[in-house]
Amino acid sequence: MRTKRRTIGWWRYLLLTLAALAFAFPFYFMVVGAFQVSPTNSPASLVPTAGWTTQNFSAINSRLDLVGSLLNSLIFTTGVLLGTVVFGLLAGYALARLDFRGKSATWVLMLLIQMVPFQLLMIPLYVQVTRTYGLGDSYLGMILPFAINTTAVFIFTQFFRALPQEVFEAARIDGASELRILRSVAVPLVRPALVTVLLVTFIGPWNEFLWPFLITKDVTMQPLAVSLANYISNVAQSTANANGAILAGAATLAFPVVILFCIFQRYFTASEIGSAVKG
Amino acid sequence: MTTTTRLRTPRRPWWGAQPIGTLFALPYLVFVVVVFVYPLFFAVYIAFHDYIFTAPGVSVPTPFVGFDNFVDVLTDSAVLEAFRNTGVFLVIFVPLTVVLSLVLATALNAGIRFVSAYRVAFYVPYLTASVSLVGVWMLLFSQNGLINTVLGPLAPDPSWLVNSGLAMPTIALYVTWKQLGFYILLYLAALQNIPKELYESAATDGATMRQRFLNVTVPGVRTTTTLVLILAIILGANLFTEPYLLTNGGGPDGASTTPVLLIYQKGIQQQNPDTASAIGMLLVVAVGLLSLAASRLNRET
Repeated sequence: MRTKRRTIGWWRYLLLTLAALAFAFPFYFMVVGAFQVSPTNSPASLVPTAGWTTQNFSAINSRLDLVGSLLNSLIFTTGVLLGTVVFGLLAGYALARLDFRGKSATWVLMLLIQMVPFQLLMIPLYVQVTRTYGLGDSYLGMILPFAINTTAVFIFTQFFRALPQEVFEAARIDGASELRILRSVAVPLVRPALVTVLLVTFIGPWNEFLWPFLITKDVTMQPLAVSLANYISNVAQSTANANGAILAGAATLAFPVVILFCIFQRYFTASEIGSAVKG
Repeated sequence: MTTTTRLRTPRRPWWGAQPIGTLFALPYLVFVVVVFVYPLFFAVYIAFHDYIFTAPGVSVPTPFVGFDNFVDVLTDSAVLEAFRNTGVFLVIFVPLTVVLSLVLATALNAGIRFVSAYRVAFYVPYLTASVSLVGVWMLLFSQNGLINTVLGPLAPDPSWLVNSGLAMPTIALYVTWKQLGFYILLYLAALQNIPKELYESAATDGATMRQRFLNVTVPGVRTTTTLVLILAIILGANLFTEPYLLTNGGGPDGASTTPVLLIYQKGIQQQNPDTASAIGMLLVVAVGLLSLAASRLNRET
């Protein structure tokens, strides 16, 4: 019995390690290639000892203003985070803890819109934002469809619901306003959930390509995902050794998220995300 | 206004015990109406009318045309090919995702060491921008790329992304790789809810590891499998970035075009929002029917 258990364990590690290597390899290729004069295409030179350079970053920077694009990504993401934290917390708290007219209607609406696919809304939203509101090539237009992350509102509601009722009653008897209860009682109690939600919300706009791609024609307004995609699909074909520059751009876009995730990954647990998605 | 009703008071005013809640929920409600409810009805309106883009403030007649846009779309061979391509994608992507994510989640669930290192490796592709990973895959799978160098004489000709038979399968492989971490996460949550006693009694009855997997694990995560199927179908219907970049706009010769890519090309590039909206509606109906079928099928077996 004992030896049998051990062989099973051995296979388990082999399977997981092989899978992990398959998952990690493109990242390794990206990081090494970003700092190589000419990224390799042969397995024999996958562990280069020479040819290190930072020239790829200046090469891509000369074609698509890396810092400006990063700044646009950051403004876009910050706008979504602010909207989600401020209005999402308010809505989540109201749905979980307050008794008001229209509560059940709001809840039903929230569940229903999670089933509405973006591909159907793409054209009308494009017409609305660029033609009706005149928000093409603006941060506001980029942020608008993502301004309050519904998944985040949902997670906030679930976490506020799980708190004991007595805490809220005590605060109300002490005469605290609902805004004050939210700020000083409810939010501090759900801080770990807040980290998860912030991380999930950050990733959305940071990685988003389709929407900002549709509404930004002005290159100085484009987030990095859009300007890098334009480089890959248009400029790279006419550039001599573009591979290193592509990998440098890819690494610049990827690494803020990878680093954030590695720092906060202990908050990113299966049960929390699972409960959020499954309801 | 904000005075709360006492617990013992049975009366509850019409506007609720804490009417300030309406104020709290209002920004979100306005957001939902502006970004989801109104565009949803607007999409249906556009699809049934002869709609064209105008400058802000200019109004032109948009006559009702019934199902004309849908007829245009359904007789367009490019649209039919896009839906067929999505079918090819789903046939590869869905089974691969369900099997791999369940197997890896099971392996990860058994209290092994270095769990967090494996978790980081599995989730990172899911969290990273598709644009950046597509850049890497494009180089790996290019004509003279690493994959072809390793394969040597076995390398496909024409190469992966410019081969009309392999373009869509390569995209399916890429998306499976990118999204798997998310599905592993879902299955891990489900596995933690299967009672340990079930495995113990199966083991005392002499069930092998394979039998335990098939008879305890697989039925135990059935509701999650339904969720995974539906999410995978929705994802497959939403493909845009991958064919746009990886196969340079759905190439070669439309072999990896997807409906959303066509919505972009027809609606925004060629300025025909009405036919684009019709494609969107057909796509949503198709996704709805497929999801329904998937959940029915999974319930019965």
